[in-house]
Amino acid sequence: MSEVRRRLASWDSIIIALTVLVLVVASVGVPNFGTSRNFTFLVLDLMPIVLVALPMTFIIVTGEIDLSVASTLGLTSSLMGWFWNNGLSIETIIPLCVLVGAMLGAFNGFLVTGLGLPSLAVTIGTLALYRGLAFVVLGDGAVADFPWNYTGWVTGTIGGGAVPNVLILIVALALIFGVVLHATPFGRSLYAIGANAQAAHFSGIRVARTKFWLYVASGAIAGLVGVLWTLRYSSARADNGSGLELAVVAAVLLGGVSIFGGRGTLPGVLAGVVLLAALQNALRLQDVSGQALNIVTGALLVLSVLLPNVASSIRATWHRRRLRQAAAS
Amino acid sequence: MLRTHHRLLTAASASLLVLGLAACGGTTKDSASSDGGAAAQTGASADPNAKTKEGLKIAFLPKQLNNPYSDVETSGGKVAVGELKGEYKLVGPNDASASSQVSYINTLIQQQQDVIVVAANDPNAVCPSLNQARQAKIKVVSFDSDASKDCRDAFINQATTQGIGESLVKMANELAGGEGEIAILSATPNATNQNAWIEVMKKELAKPEYSKLKLVKTAYGNDDDQKSFQEAQGLLQSYPKLKVIVSPTTVGIAAASRYVSSSNYKGKVAITGLGLPNQMREYVKDGTVKKFALWNPADIGYLAAYAGAALASGQITGKQGEKFTAGKLGEYTIGADGEIVLGPPTEFTAQNIDQFNF
Repeated sequence: MSEVRRRLASWDSIIIALTVLVLVVASVGVPNFGTSRNFTFLVLDLMPIVLVALPMTFIIVTGEIDLSVASTLGLTSSLMGWFWNNGLSIETIIPLCVLVGAMLGAFNGFLVTGLGLPSLAVTIGTLALYRGLAFVVLGDGAVADFPWNYTGWVTGTIGGGAVPNVLILIVALALIFGVVLHATPFGRSLYAIGANAQAAHFSGIRVARTKFWLYVASGAIAGLVGVLWTLRYSSARADNGSGLELAVVAAVLLGGVSIFGGRGTLPGVLAGVVLLAALQNALRLQDVSGQALNIVTGALLVLSVLLPNVASSIRATWHRRRLRQAAAS
Repeated sequence: MLRTHHRLLTAASASLLVLGLAACGGTTKDSASSDGGAAAQTGASADPNAKTKEGLKIAFLPKQLNNPYSDVETSGGKVAVGELKGEYKLVGPNDASASSQVSYINTLIQQQQDVIVVAANDPNAVCPSLNQARQAKIKVVSFDSDASKDCRDAFINQATTQGIGESLVKMANELAGGEGEIAILSATPNATNQNAWIEVMKKELAKPEYSKLKLVKTAYGNDDDQKSFQEAQGLLQSYPKLKVIVSPTTVGIAAASRYVSSSNYKGKVAITGLGLPNQMREYVKDGTVKKFALWNPADIGYLAAYAGAALASGQITGKQGEKFTAGKLGEYTIGADGEIVLGPPTEFTAQNIDQFNF
């Protein structure tokens, strides 16, 4: 019984419930929200955030962070344009970009685990570094003449229906990451690292090696999203995706992952992403201005950090009072 | 750590192998055709006598919101939509990044607008979305900064190179009283638009009606306030008989005006060119500058709204040679590639400058 109550009160179930509520209210109350075309737009808008959020969840669960993801995206997008201009085939470019992303992630991982530097500082540094390199590669220009069968696939739907092609990719990757996090020893070890890295180390978990590969995964996914972003907008540019890292971290935290590590679930994160994207989409359809959108997202994020803290301190007070009553009687 | 590196090497070599295999064939820049994205053009022909529809939903999507220049542009659009008895809407991102406009275009498609008037941050990034809009029977007019021509119905071009060059020479001629020495104060020696305008000016000056005007020098102020100021000073010292300085750059004209208004050349040497009314107001009021020019941004938005309404009403389809009427601005003819040129720049004088705020 107390297990049920605990699950009901946990932040990620609140977020999931809130997300469902927003989707239902918007479908009923906001004209043009519940259409199949809007569903496609919504999925395309949240695609980069949700994909990058998957490895980001892993990293934050271990108590680290990767702020360089959007710049990795920008650099792979630039490189994609450069490769394309230099006559490489798109079938070569796509795996190459994912590989470059993985190598950029490995560089982060080496600095964090090999040299033991703080991940916040390292990835703020590579955030600037990778974005700078992106401008070195492509400058202010843009490459736009990517083949239609690829750009069309990214923006298209299955059989011209309501389900976007990229949704298959999102669902597949989310399933893989979800199973790994919640149903394998490796996934459990991430929580152990986040809760207490030293204790995890002494119980035989290879902390540094695990974190290293998380950064590689984060870079590879960012590289993949760089490709998808470029194809979606038919435009390889150095400034692609700038600011995306904040949207991703916001969604992960909103989904109930603790910034200090050790806590959070992937379903919660997915709900966090959908909640932010659906709210923005619905408010935009209601002609709410961009500034007001920022205010709503910001307030939601502050609440998501504030409320669980308030709830747990109330619970602690209650618990103490009951103990005192028990002692007095 | 050693094992990590070993594994990494294995992974890297495996990926390279995959790459090597993939490199053997596939789609490259040379073999690809990216024209599949163009919207199917309706074969409908224009009916110039069609009635302008009322209640058209016309949405403006500038490069970003809260930019003073684009605010003036869209304010003209708002006036025009009011005259057309339509529904005006203004949306836009807070940052002028390439992809941030796409979500707004998607929203406008969902809201079933009749016309989208857009200043593209990236001519290609907005293309797939704009074509989706056109497939949903929304007319797309670009202004200020064109989208790729396959994905919009018409483009409002603020001014042609020829129009600006002609207008600059005409103003210089009036201010010089038909004869005397003139000089040009430009931006940098390799600024494309500046050089194109100066080229047109030279061709104009070669015409018989301007035979008494003599261009003595083209100076370069590098669009830097201080350098432009010094160059203006230098021109007046080297050419004592100089009557007019023409500066086709907003930085140059403001710096030259500041120098002349604070020197004893005030009233003897005229300054003209392309400038912003807010920067030039005090020099027009104190008599240093009699006349300068720039396209009127409000007219750009105004014309874009009328072009959108004409498209949505079926009076035009965006083909070369079609004609439509744009309220107070009069009749326009569509040029090549769906371009509609606003017309000669607006001239600002002491009489009208207070009507403009940009």
